[in-house]
Amino acid sequence: MAYDKFTVLTSSAVPLPIENVDTDQIIPARFLKATKREGFGDNLFRDWRYNGDDTPKQDFVLNNAIYSGKILVGGKNFGSGSSREHAAWAIYDYGFRCVVSSFFADIFKNNSLNIGILPVQVSEDFLDRIFKAIEADPQTQLEVDLSKQTITILSTGDSESFDINSYKKHNLMNGFDDIDYLQAMKEEISTFAQNSRY
Amino acid sequence: MSSKPTSLFDKVWDAHVVRSIADGPDVLLIDRHFIHEVTSPVAFLGLKTRNLGVMFPDRTFATADHNTPTINQHLPVADPLSANQLKALEENTSSYGISHWGLGNPKNGIVHVVGPENGITLPGMTIVCGDSHTSTHGAFGCIAFGIGTSEVEMVLSSQCIMQPKAKKMRINVNGNMSKGVTPKDVVLYIISKLTAAGATGYFVEYAGSVFENMSMEGRMTVCNMSIEMGARGGMIAPDETTFNYIKGREKAPKGQAWDDAVAYWKTLKTDEGVVFDKEYNFDGADIEPMITYGTNPGMGMGISQLIPTAADIDAGKASFAKSLQYMGFTESEPMLGKKIDYVFIGSCTNGRIEDFRAFASVVKGRKKADHVTAWIVPGSHVVEAQIREEGIYDILIEAGFELRQPGCSACLAMNDDKIPAGKYAVSTSNRNFEGRQGPGARTLLASPLVAAAAAVTGIVTDPRTLIA
Repeated sequence: MAYDKFTVLTSSAVPLPIENVDTDQIIPARFLKATKREGFGDNLFRDWRYNGDDTPKQDFVLNNAIYSGKILVGGKNFGSGSSREHAAWAIYDYGFRCVVSSFFADIFKNNSLNIGILPVQVSEDFLDRIFKAIEADPQTQLEVDLSKQTITILSTGDSESFDINSYKKHNLMNGFDDIDYLQAMKEEISTFAQNSRY
Repeated sequence: MSSKPTSLFDKVWDAHVVRSIADGPDVLLIDRHFIHEVTSPVAFLGLKTRNLGVMFPDRTFATADHNTPTINQHLPVADPLSANQLKALEENTSSYGISHWGLGNPKNGIVHVVGPENGITLPGMTIVCGDSHTSTHGAFGCIAFGIGTSEVEMVLSSQCIMQPKAKKMRINVNGNMSKGVTPKDVVLYIISKLTAAGATGYFVEYAGSVFENMSMEGRMTVCNMSIEMGARGGMIAPDETTFNYIKGREKAPKGQAWDDAVAYWKTLKTDEGVVFDKEYNFDGADIEPMITYGTNPGMGMGISQLIPTAADIDAGKASFAKSLQYMGFTESEPMLGKKIDYVFIGSCTNGRIEDFRAFASVVKGRKKADHVTAWIVPGSHVVEAQIREEGIYDILIEAGFELRQPGCSACLAMNDDKIPAGKYAVSTSNRNFEGRQGPGARTLLASPLVAAAAAVTGIVTDPRTLIA
C-alpha cells in the first residue's frame, strides 16, 4: 500500500512515557477481524483510551486535547509482543508518521518501516529530555530530518542523530517498498529457488 | 570451504541469502510459509491491487486457528467478522492453489502445532508466518520467525523477505533439573533473567544438556517463547531426538531422500570456537516451577518466592507499579495461596500431547476445584485424538473437566474464550499482557503442572506438593 514520502517532519508530539508498550495495547486482538486495512486508527490503544462502555478515559493522553501531533513518543521497548502489522496500521491511520523511543521491538520496527512510519531510536537521556520538554510545554515542536538522520527539540536546539540503513532511508524518502524491490529481482530469486534444498 | 568456525544460525541464514544489499537488508529465500486467517487477508488484497500472483503456492500452508471457536465447530461460526475472515482464507487459498486446513479438516489446528506434526517443518529451513510465535519451529534447527502482513505479501509474491541479519546470542543451560520443573519453567526462568527486551536484536541458540535431554515438544515450548524476551527467534541444533520425531511424518523425506537429509541435518550445529555477540550460562538446578506476577513475560518468579520490589528489577518504577496495580498484587507478597478463577491449558506454547500428559498426571484421582472454570484446548485434532487414545480424556472427565476443540482460544481471546475482567487465570500460554486474555483479564503464565495444581486446588499451588 502506498504511503506518504518521509523527508522532514516538524510537529508537536504525544507523550506516552510507559515502558514495554506491547502490540496488544496498541491494538487488542479482538479488533483484528477485518479483511481490509480500514478503521484501525479508531481502535488505537483501545483499552487505555476507552472504558468498557466506550466512553473516553479522561486520563489517557490521546483524550487530552492539549497533546497532539504526528509524532508519538513512547517509553523503552516500544511495540513488543505480537507480529500484528495492525499495530503499525493503527498508529499510521490515527495520523502518526513517526514513533520515538529509546528501544523498539524488532518486528514492530520492521512493520513500521514497511508501511511508512519512521521509528526513531534515541538515547534514554534524550528521550527523557523530550518528555521533560513536552511536560513543560505540550506544544513543543520536534523536527525529524530523515535526510540528515537527526531529531531536534526546536525550542532548545537540543539534537541527536539516529540510525537507519541507507536502503530503508531511500525507500522512505521516495515512497518505495520492498515488494517493488523484490519484483524487480524475480529472475534471480527464481534461479536461486530452483537450486535450493527445500 | 572456509575453516572459520560457523554457528548454526549463520549456516542456515547464509544458505538462504539470495542477495545482500550494502548498508541494507539481506534478501532471504523462505522455504516454508504458514498463513492463517487473521494476518493474511490484507496481504492477498495487496496481491490483487498490484496484480501479482503467488510465486510458489506449494511452499505456503494455511490453517485456520486464531479466531475459530473451540466448541461446536461443526456449526457455522456465529461471529460474522470471524466467519468472514475464515471465508476469505478459504477463497484466497483456493484461488491461488495453496493448501488449506480449515475448520473441520482433520489436519486443522494451531499453525505451530500442525506444521511440525505433519513433517512440514524440517531442519535447516527458513520458516516465516504472520505470527510472532513462529519461533516455535526453531526447535528443529530452523530459522523461524514472525513477520508482518507486508512481509506475508512479499513471501506470497516473491518467496523472499528483506531483513538485516540479527546478532547472535547463545544461552547455555546445563545441570540437572529437579522434579516438577518443565521446559516452560526453563524458558520463563530465562526470560525473567533477561527481561522482556533482553534479547531484542538477537537470534538465540539454546544449548547445553538441559535442551539435549529435552523432547521435541519441550524444545518447541522453549523456542516458542523466544520472542517474549524480544529475540527474533530461537533455535536448537537438530539431533537424534529431532530425527526420530520427524521420521515417518507425512511430508518428511522417505527412503534415500531421508538418508541424504539426515546426513545434511547432522552438519547443522555450531562449530567449536564460534564467538557469540552475547552468551549466557544458567544452571538447571537453580530453576523451580515458575509463575508470572506482572504484565509482561519477563515478570516471572519461582513459585515459592515473593513478588519482587521495583528496586529488585531493572524496570521503570512507574511501569512496574502500573503492572502490579493492574494485577491487584503488591510487592513482597507470596504468589502461593492466591485464589484463581480460570485455568487455560493449550496454545502453541503448551498445546501438545506431552502438555496434556503432564496436566493429567496431576489431576488424576483428584477433582477440579468447584469455583474454577477450566478450558482444556488441544493444539490440533491429532493431539485431541491422542488425548482420547491414551486415556487422558477419561482422566479429565473423571476429575470434572471438559475437553474443547483445537484452536488458539484464550491465548489471545479473539474468539469467545475470554477471561472476564478482574478474574485471575493460570494459563499455559505465552503472554500476560494487559487484556491479552480478555479486557481486564489477569493472566498468570505457568507450566501445565502448575496449571493442573491450580485447577484442582483453586489457588496458586506448588505442583511439587502434589506429585509423587
